[in-house]
Amino acid sequence: MREIAIVAFAQTPNRRRELYRNEAEMVAPVVAEVLNSVGLSRRDVDFTCSGSSDYLAGCPFSFVLALDALGAWPPIHESHVEGEAAWALYEAWVKMLCGEEVGVSLVYGFGRQSMGSPRDVMTLMNDPYLEAPLRPDAISLAALQARVLLDAGLCSERDFAEIAARNLRHAQSNPLAQLSGQPDPAELLQAPTIASPLRRHDCPPITDGACAVLLAAGDRARAICERPAWIRGLAHRIDPQALGRRDLTRCPSARLAAVAAGAIGGRVDVAELHAPFTPQDWILQRELDLPKGAVINPSGGIHQGNPMMGTGLVRFGEVAARIIRGEADRGVAHGTQGPCLQQNIVGVLEGE
Amino acid sequence: MKLDDQAEALRGEHVLQYPYRRATGPILGRFFTEIRDHGRFLGVKTESGKVLCPPADVDPDSLEDLSADDLVEVGPAGRVTSWTWLREPRPGNPLDRPFAWALIRLDGADSALLHAVDAGSEAAMRTGMRVVPRFRDERVGDIRDVVCFVPGD
Amino acid sequence: MSESQKKPVTYIKTPIALRYDYSVGAGSSIFLRAMREGRIVGSRCPDTGKVYVPPRLFSVETASPMSELVELPDQGVVYTYCIVNIKFYEQVLEVPYAYAYILLNGADLPIMHLIQECPIGEIRPGMRVAAVWKEPSEWTESMENIRYFKPTGEADMPIGTIMDGIRKKSHA
Repeated sequence: MREIAIVAFAQTPNRRRELYRNEAEMVAPVVAEVLNSVGLSRRDVDFTCSGSSDYLAGCPFSFVLALDALGAWPPIHESHVEGEAAWALYEAWVKMLCGEEVGVSLVYGFGRQSMGSPRDVMTLMNDPYLEAPLRPDAISLAALQARVLLDAGLCSERDFAEIAARNLRHAQSNPLAQLSGQPDPAELLQAPTIASPLRRHDCPPITDGACAVLLAAGDRARAICERPAWIRGLAHRIDPQALGRRDLTRCPSARLAAVAAGAIGGRVDVAELHAPFTPQDWILQRELDLPKGAVINPSGGIHQGNPMMGTGLVRFGEVAARIIRGEADRGVAHGTQGPCLQQNIVGVLEGE
Repeated sequence: MKLDDQAEALRGEHVLQYPYRRATGPILGRFFTEIRDHGRFLGVKTESGKVLCPPADVDPDSLEDLSADDLVEVGPAGRVTSWTWLREPRPGNPLDRPFAWALIRLDGADSALLHAVDAGSEAAMRTGMRVVPRFRDERVGDIRDVVCFVPGD
Repeated sequence: MSESQKKPVTYIKTPIALRYDYSVGAGSSIFLRAMREGRIVGSRCPDTGKVYVPPRLFSVETASPMSELVELPDQGVVYTYCIVNIKFYEQVLEVPYAYAYILLNGADLPIMHLIQECPIGEIRPGMRVAAVWKEPSEWTESMENIRYFKPTGEADMPIGTIMDGIRKKSHA
C-alpha cells in the first residue's frame, strides 16, 4: 500500500472576525504559503480537496467562489466536502491510495462563521422533524452531555475548567492563537453558566480562518520534505444523531475510528483533540486511551482558535508540524462533526 | 482607491429564508397525528422489543424497515434523563423565559425525547424527575404542538 | 371539523430564517464603492494582462496578487444571454425577460445584467449594449445603480473572435 504523508501545513492567524477579506481572499495566502514552504507551485498539485459549509456564509455554493484562490485554469482535479476539512483530508488520502497518478494533494478548510450566529446555524443540523423546530442550540446540546457525565460521577465541573486552563496555557506558545493565558480553574468556575453546567471557558471561541495541508506519496514526499509526517492510519465512524438514543458518557464512533486507525496501544507523543466543548475532551481522552506521557493539544486546541470547518484539519496540521520539525515522533489527530461528537475521524501520524 | 487598501470590507444584512415543507412518511405521520388529535405519544417497537420514542423509520439493530403497525402508546408522563438550564432563551425556542432543555424518557419507551421543561428555576431541575406534557389548545400536527413539559406525574 | 374528518398528517412545515452580517471582502468592496460613484472598475493580472471585473485580489488563473485597478466604460457587447420564461417564487420581473453576460469594452471577464428596451427575439451574441443608470441621487453601493443594458444600435462585434483573443491570453 502506498505511503502517504503530510509534508506541509499553514493557517491564518485565528481572529474573532475577518473584517477585510472574503473566503477566496482568506484562502489564497494560505495556499500560497503551504506551497512556498516546500518550494512547490500550483502546477505540482494533482488533486485538491476542500472542506467548508455554505451555511456559515449563508450562501449556497459559496465554496465554489473560494476556488478563485487556486488559480484553477487549466481546469484542476478537485473535490469538496460540505463539512469539516478533516474529511477532505480523508478523501484526498483515499484518492492517493487508489491511484498512482496523484502524487501531491492540496487539502484546505475555511469559514467565516462570525457573519452569522454559529449557535443558531448549528441548530439546523439537528433532526428537522423532531428537534430543529424547537431550535436547540449547540451549547445546550453539549450541556446535556456534560450533565450525564456529572450525574455518573465520572468527572466534575472542575475537571472541565482544568481542560480549558490546559488548552489556554499551551496556547501561549502558539503565535497564531486567538486566546491564551494562565487562568486559575477556580476563577474560571466563578463565571455564570450559559447552559448549565457549561460556562464561557467550556465553549469554543468564534473564529474566522483558513488552513491548508499538502499530502505527498512515497519518495515524492521524501524529496519534498526532510521528515514527512506519514499517515500510518486514518479512519472515521459515525454514531446516531439523536441524543436520546445514545449513551452520552461514551463515544463509540471515536473509539471505533481510533481502533481502525491503529491509534490505540502505541506510543503517543502528542495528541490534538477536536473537542469543541471541554467535557468532550474528557470523553475523547478515555475513548482514545491516551497514554500518560502524551501531551494533549500542544497547540492550545480549540481555545487557540476554532476556524469552523477547518478546525479538525488544523489538528492534523499541528501534529504533522511537530513531527516535521522533529519535536515529536508519533502523534494522534482527531476531528469531529455533528452534535455531541456524533461523527469522528482519527489519524495516526509518524516520522520515519 | 487602490486594490490593496486596508479599508474594512462593506457589510450588509443578509437573510437566508426557506419555506420548507417536509413529508413525514407513515411512522412520523401517525406520531404527529396522534399528538394533534389525541394529545398522545406513540413509540415504535423494534424487533428486539425496545420501544423508541420519538419513533424511527428503521430498526437501529436489525436495519429492517419499521412500520406504522409497530407503533405503541407511551407516556404521557416521563422521566428526565439529562437536563440543562438555559438562562437566556434563543430565537425560536419553545419558551421566552429561562427554561431547561431535557432528554425525557416517556413511560414505556427505551429512548429519550428532546424537549423543554418549564420548571421555573434551575433549582427545580433534577435528573430522574417526573414530567408531564403541556399541549397547545390548537394543534396542527408537529412537535411544537407540545409546548413544553412541566414537573409532575 | 370532527376528529374523524381530519386527514392524517403527511407533512410538516418547517420554515427557516437565518440572519447574517455579511461582509463582501476586499475586491467586491472596491467594486461596490466605485459603483456608488457611478464608476465600474476591474483589476489587471500581471501575468496575462487580463482585466477581471469585479476586481479580485488574486488572479483567477495564475493566483498572482493583483494591484492594478482599471476603469471600465459602461458599454460593451453581449457574450451570451438567457430568456427567462418560467415563473418562480419571489420573481421581480414579468416573464419573458432576458439577462446576459456582457463583456464591457476592455474587460476579459463578462458581467451579468438585464437586457431591456430590446425585443426578446433580437437579442444576440455580438450585440452592442450600453448601461442605463438610475438617477445619481439614487446611487448606493450596488450593481442595481445600473437598471439594465440596452442596445446602442451600432454594428455587431465579432464576439467569437473577441473570445478567441481572450482565451489566447491564458497562461497555459
